[in-house]
Amino acid sequence: MHNALSHWPFAIPEIWVLVMACVVLLVDVYVGKRQRDLAFVLTGFSLLAAMALTWADRGQSGFAFFGQLRLDPFTSVASFFVELLTLLVLLYSRKYLLRRGLYRGEVFVLLLFALLGAMILISGSNLLILYLGLELLALSQYALVALQRDNLRATEAGLKYFILGALASALLLYGMSLLYGLTGVLNLQQIAVALINVGPQNFLLVLAVVFVVAGIAFKLGAAPFHMWLPDAYQGAPTPVTLFMSSVPKIAIFALFLRILVEGGYGSIEIWRQLFIALVLVSLLIGNVVAIAQTNLKRMLAYSTVGNMGFLALGIVAGTQNGLASAFFYAVVYALMAVAAFGLIVYLSREGFEAEEISDLRGLGRSRPWAAFLLLVIMFSLAGVPPTIGFYAKLAVFQALIEAHFVWLAVFGVLMAVVGAFYYLRVLKVALFDPPAEDLHYGADDPLAASVLTVNSVALLLLGIVPGALLAFCFHALQGVL
Amino acid sequence: MLLTTTLLFYVFSAVLLLSALLVITARNPVYSALYLVLAFFNAAALFLLLGAEFLGLILILVYVGAVMVLFLFVVMMLDINLTRLKEGFLRYLPLGLAVAIVGVLEMVSVFWVAPLGRVPAPGPIPADADNTRALGQLLYTHYLYPFEIAAVILLVAIIAAIALTLRRRPDTKSQAVGRQVAVAVKDRLRMVDLRGPRQ
Repeated sequence: MHNALSHWPFAIPEIWVLVMACVVLLVDVYVGKRQRDLAFVLTGFSLLAAMALTWADRGQSGFAFFGQLRLDPFTSVASFFVELLTLLVLLYSRKYLLRRGLYRGEVFVLLLFALLGAMILISGSNLLILYLGLELLALSQYALVALQRDNLRATEAGLKYFILGALASALLLYGMSLLYGLTGVLNLQQIAVALINVGPQNFLLVLAVVFVVAGIAFKLGAAPFHMWLPDAYQGAPTPVTLFMSSVPKIAIFALFLRILVEGGYGSIEIWRQLFIALVLVSLLIGNVVAIAQTNLKRMLAYSTVGNMGFLALGIVAGTQNGLASAFFYAVVYALMAVAAFGLIVYLSREGFEAEEISDLRGLGRSRPWAAFLLLVIMFSLAGVPPTIGFYAKLAVFQALIEAHFVWLAVFGVLMAVVGAFYYLRVLKVALFDPPAEDLHYGADDPLAASVLTVNSVALLLLGIVPGALLAFCFHALQGVL
Repeated sequence: MLLTTTLLFYVFSAVLLLSALLVITARNPVYSALYLVLAFFNAAALFLLLGAEFLGLILILVYVGAVMVLFLFVVMMLDINLTRLKEGFLRYLPLGLAVAIVGVLEMVSVFWVAPLGRVPAPGPIPADADNTRALGQLLYTHYLYPFEIAAVILLVAIIAAIALTLRRRPDTKSQAVGRQVAVAVKDRLRMVDLRGPRQ
């Protein structure tokens, strides 16, 4: 592949997103004042087109840019999901942004750039590329979190997120540098080959894996590296929380898959133990501390911690099935989180964020349809059949038991039961408590309402017929191992 | 030829060390910044002597041209109380000296264990060596993809910085050139008859 042009077709979706981000930026500068919807519509169009382009790529596989970019089923499937999720975020947030004076081109541009970072991360197969993709994703997010700069909580959240994110990047980079020092190459394929002679008892390899896992856990928000998560989720504008809770989870899972599974030949015994520790702490903290929360966004943040614990259960299994079920869990969790935060976005209005659990009092009587959707979302998060959340947990536990980690599966189930308590408490407040006089929900955005309906009903329908999505995710992991 | 190179190396190194020393001893922070510029220049000259012309020029362009100018701006804009800064110099001196001694000891021990001889000396530089071209060729072929991504990251940094800090304040006093030019005599000048009423 010495012809420079032969590389580019492998990166068409990435190039498209980059070009469209620049187009949106310029269009907004010149006509953004008069045509406020143009940037929004253009962004939506670019996301749809990116999904089509990724879909068209799905059969292909191969390497480009001297092994720095890898196109395989996983790349296509994961890219497709992150594009879909970004589109959902966009559709949910129009009215919210309009009401708070955030309906500006920069939001959409930064969203597109964050998506681009996630896509680069997913298709990267070189330490340098993975790091650059991660930074692109993270930098765009820091800016998005702090965009409401007159809001003290938002700026504080942005600063916390920035500092701890930089720390996580540094940890990850340190691990990467050790891997590079050990092997002398940056391409993950070559790293895997070079590690054949190293062996899992090599101290440097252990150190490298520890640092990489710590960085990944930080970025995922798995306990004990979750300190930034509740503050960042609560302080950020809810549409940004929507993005943070969905797209990066899939992207960071891709990062794990690329570095430790694809590149970390023979390191499974090292990272499996680390992930067992992460699982135990995450499940415990995520599910127990969430009970004490009165703020819905904070509660969902702790629920993220707990859910990352469930995701890591699949990683602990370490088999083909385990990793596929972890990926399935990441996708399903992202869909559920988008729906849950989408509901908050939908109910909010100026001066009322609908983010306290008590804000949902009597939702069942004042907004029965929204309350029904809340029921579906919370059931799905708690893992109650017949929602898709149940199948996600089932797949993870199945893989775990196949890999003979029965005690861990039992612990997971116990924690899922504890977790069900706080999800159901939200439902109790919404359905059985008397409605308050002074609550006026926003809930007047037909776009967000229809997207929310589709999203939540999809959680239910996919739970009744989970086969297609499950097969889709398992197919994605086929090429990786 | 070799002698001149060696001579130049010692001259540049001496000036570099001297200016580095002056950076931390100068009383005025503006002088410190200027001495740092001198130090960068000499380091760049050393790079040039080694045949690494790209590194040398980049050092001047980026550090002298951009970073130090910014630094000078900051130093001049901040109202720094010099006497307050100098306070406690003697108090912190023992700790500073201890840190310096530990650093020197560590370096000496490294040289003791692994003398420089272990690093193979670089081969002679070929006459047509051109590391700008070599770097460029690598950057734009093998590392094209990460290079482009790095460019995107810089773009995001610009957008984010502007989005976070640009504040359109209607009450700032700025010139409206169009209105200045379009001004008419009667807007600015009022003729008053000061002679008083005629008798």
